[in-house]
Amino acid sequence: MLHEITFTVNGDPYTLAVRSEHTLLKVLREKLGLTGTKIGCENGECGACTVLLDGEPVNSCLILAVEAAGHKIETVEGMSIGGELHPLQKAFIKHNAVQCGFCTPGMLLSAQSLLARNPKPTELEVREALAGNLCRCTGYVRIVDAVLDVSQEVE
Amino acid sequence: MIEQTNNPVGKSVPRVDAFDKVTGAAKYVDDMQFGPGLYYGKFVHSPYAHALIKGVDVSKALALPGVKAVVTGADTPGRIGLYMKDRYIYARDRVRYVGEPVAGVVAITEELAEEAVKLVVVEYEELEPVFDPYEAVQPGAPLIHPDMAEYKWPNFIFPEPGTNISEHFKLRKGDVEAAWPKCAVIVEQTFRLPHIQHVPLETHVAIARWDQTGEVTLWSPSQSPFSQRDLLAQSLDISHGDMRVISPYVGGGFGGKAGISIEANVVVMARAVKGHPVKVRMTREEEFTCTNVRQSLNAHTKIGCDAEGHVLAMETRYYFGGGAANDYGVNIARASGYSCTGPYPIPNVKGDSYCVYTNTPIGSAMRGFGMPEIHWGIEQIMDRLAEEIGMDPAEFRRINCVKTGDTILTGMKMPAVDLVACIDKATEAIGWDKEKKASAPHKRRGQGLAIMWKAPAMPPNPGSSAIVRFNEDATLNVYVGAQELGQGAFTVAAQMAAQALGIPYEWVRVSANPVDTKYSPYEWQTVASRITWSMGNAVKAAALNARRQILEIVAQYWDEDLENLDIKNGIVISYKSEREQPLKNMVVYGLPNDNFEGWQGGPIVGAGKFMPTYVTNLDSETGQGARAVVHYTVGAQAVDLEVDIETGQVDILKIASAYDVGKAINPDLVLTQIEGGAVHGMSSAFEGMFFDEQGRLRNPSLVDYKIATAMDAPREIHGDIVETPLEDGPWGARGVGEHVMVQTAPAIANALHDALGVRFNDLPLSSEKIYLALREREAGGE
Ligand code: FES
Ligand code: FES
Repeated sequence: MLHEITFTVNGDPYTLAVRSEHTLLKVLREKLGLTGTKIGCENGECGACTVLLDGEPVNSCLILAVEAAGHKIETVEGMSIGGELHPLQKAFIKHNAVQCGFCTPGMLLSAQSLLARNPKPTELEVREALAGNLCRCTGYVRIVDAVLDVSQEVE
Repeated sequence: MIEQTNNPVGKSVPRVDAFDKVTGAAKYVDDMQFGPGLYYGKFVHSPYAHALIKGVDVSKALALPGVKAVVTGADTPGRIGLYMKDRYIYARDRVRYVGEPVAGVVAITEELAEEAVKLVVVEYEELEPVFDPYEAVQPGAPLIHPDMAEYKWPNFIFPEPGTNISEHFKLRKGDVEAAWPKCAVIVEQTFRLPHIQHVPLETHVAIARWDQTGEVTLWSPSQSPFSQRDLLAQSLDISHGDMRVISPYVGGGFGGKAGISIEANVVVMARAVKGHPVKVRMTREEEFTCTNVRQSLNAHTKIGCDAEGHVLAMETRYYFGGGAANDYGVNIARASGYSCTGPYPIPNVKGDSYCVYTNTPIGSAMRGFGMPEIHWGIEQIMDRLAEEIGMDPAEFRRINCVKTGDTILTGMKMPAVDLVACIDKATEAIGWDKEKKASAPHKRRGQGLAIMWKAPAMPPNPGSSAIVRFNEDATLNVYVGAQELGQGAFTVAAQMAAQALGIPYEWVRVSANPVDTKYSPYEWQTVASRITWSMGNAVKAAALNARRQILEIVAQYWDEDLENLDIKNGIVISYKSEREQPLKNMVVYGLPNDNFEGWQGGPIVGAGKFMPTYVTNLDSETGQGARAVVHYTVGAQAVDLEVDIETGQVDILKIASAYDVGKAINPDLVLTQIEGGAVHGMSSAFEGMFFDEQGRLRNPSLVDYKIATAMDAPREIHGDIVETPLEDGPWGARGVGEHVMVQTAPAIANALHDALGVRFNDLPLSSEKIYLALREREAGGE
């Protein structure tokens, strides 16, 4: 069945017809072309599909698009609107926290949400906040370094 | 003004692909848009580990509205495979593992394709399966490939038709029987490793289109676009010129996206619906059951040393559980045969390395290519030997490890490396001699060391090529067919081109994404840690070729000798006349003669290639030969850990690694490989695929098959770089991408022994296993 939903994605309002069984992940990628949000498992196990829903990190593969109605969604594409990179994005580049890059969008959003609620996290808090975002390439060291680097800047 | 980095080789310049990847702009195959003409494919998987196919009825599936085609083994008579051509694209007469594609359904939506899969009726007659490679080589074991004699394989592979053995590599050196009596200590053990999976975050996905014109295009995240093209062209009778593979960024490879897995199946689907692209994306469950895995291993290894600690003899038998098809696996067993001693020039060696068919998913390349598997046992035995003769395990390794010029097991002279320096750096970084206290009374602290070697395992003649092309403003496009898997291939290509030409790094643009076999220069495969070395040599050659063209034009223009000219910071200079000529414009438009009476030069395009020409075949009975491999990379890793003896929980506190990379083209990227590899290696020690008695995978999800998270990774990962130049490496560089995880598991095992006095011969490790081993030891009254 089709439902009409209205929600905000990266600051812009959208009204879309979505099927009841389609996930937010599928709608973001296929209807809005926001392919920065990745598919790693479609089971809530990897974090590659992480987006922010009203500022909270969620696995968009576990949320139906209809559930997003009336909410504010942020994806990686929204982090650098206007061409200026977000401090976290700059830090990821500076620390070489990116290898294959497939986990990167989800990591960035989890980190952004962490810093929003806890601007000066400890290393352990950073690791805890990222524990749901799997990365097979980096060993996490540089990612944690990058987030801590930004948290220090926030002072 | 944008910063200019001159002479970028050896500098940690930023990655060329990072911006795209942090903004979400980087495109992976699943992100590509194909419009409403796109069809979706789904596989019908075998539910049996071993069975004959008695009949396939696709009529009900085909009758479903929206279903466009169903393909089966009847459509794919040709066999396919990288080294051993031993499988059908869709199973024909028999299935050999649970998950094997038996048919492929094409429909207008994914949901319809899924529904149609359920309507395909396959009639099977079950056969007895065999899962363990050691059992599979016993007389009377079920035969998995009765037709093996008909298969095609290259002349360096030695299968034994009529058995399950797809490769038997023999290494014979010296006289082991005569050496055993001279040994003061001999340790003989059996080690077992389960199948594990690469677990790239991006699952396998492929999109194929078969045009009416006959051109066939495949989009796949591939480490081997050119090899895929070759295999597809051969197996489906397509001209190489009409078969096109396009591969954008790869979301993690680790060997799993080398060679071929689901891609041919998708091309066959596309052939059935000409003109329409067809897309198949593996679910995470399918990724586990139906794509490549790392082979299991049973190793029986015996090593002896004299009272002074000199290792005198080794006898080993490696049985790799290669899975249902061993197209790649045969070469893993071969590599494990010609490197069977690990990094020790042991004078007397008897080694037998087998690749064995088993009714499990297809074994293939995984980061390390046999080396993590064989080092698991070797490095634990070396520790036991050191312990028994009362020598420090680091010292034992310093004495015995391979050194420059040594004659190694195949008779080849060891090219220059400094493994002792690696041992020194890793042990120093971990604080080897310092007493370490556990953090609580119920915890035990331990340290372990392991060393490694690995050669690129390849055919003797894998080639690389590269092209460089100038733009008007003297920016340079570099074309390579090597793939960016996250290891930094594109970045080092840019660095090397800039260095060889004498232009700033910032002037280089890498035109390699996507790799496209129609436009990219040839690259054999992005595997074997060969790219920095092999692609690097090709890029350097292309850049030097362009440089020479430029200098020739300017030499003529100035009427000077070529030898007196150079390019520095993007300007041609003469050491003699001290004249200067910026590259801008002249690299496209050339230079005018006096009074503009004619012009010289023209657009500069440089081409370069590289292929090793010196690798020799090895004797089939002894494994001896002048040059078995191109080179070896060596390294050492030390682990500091703590174990909770009440729960068996292991906490890896620190991993310190040192590798001899010849020359670090980009030192920070080398360190990121070392760090990521250490965690990958650590994770691998706790990973295992578990099959039930019917061969069904019990843990095909990321909840049940756990990989290391940010919470599991050690707080401290230390990396050191040793630089002993490689003779034919660009600026001396050799590869390091795989080596970084080869010996992590045995280093952990050695540290566990240091902490607990308990040895573990079988992977995976787990808290439960450690806890039970401790209880058992208590019960034994030790
Ligand atoms: S795709 Fe959503 S958690 Fe993996
Ligand atoms: S960078 Fe590859 S998964 Fe994280």
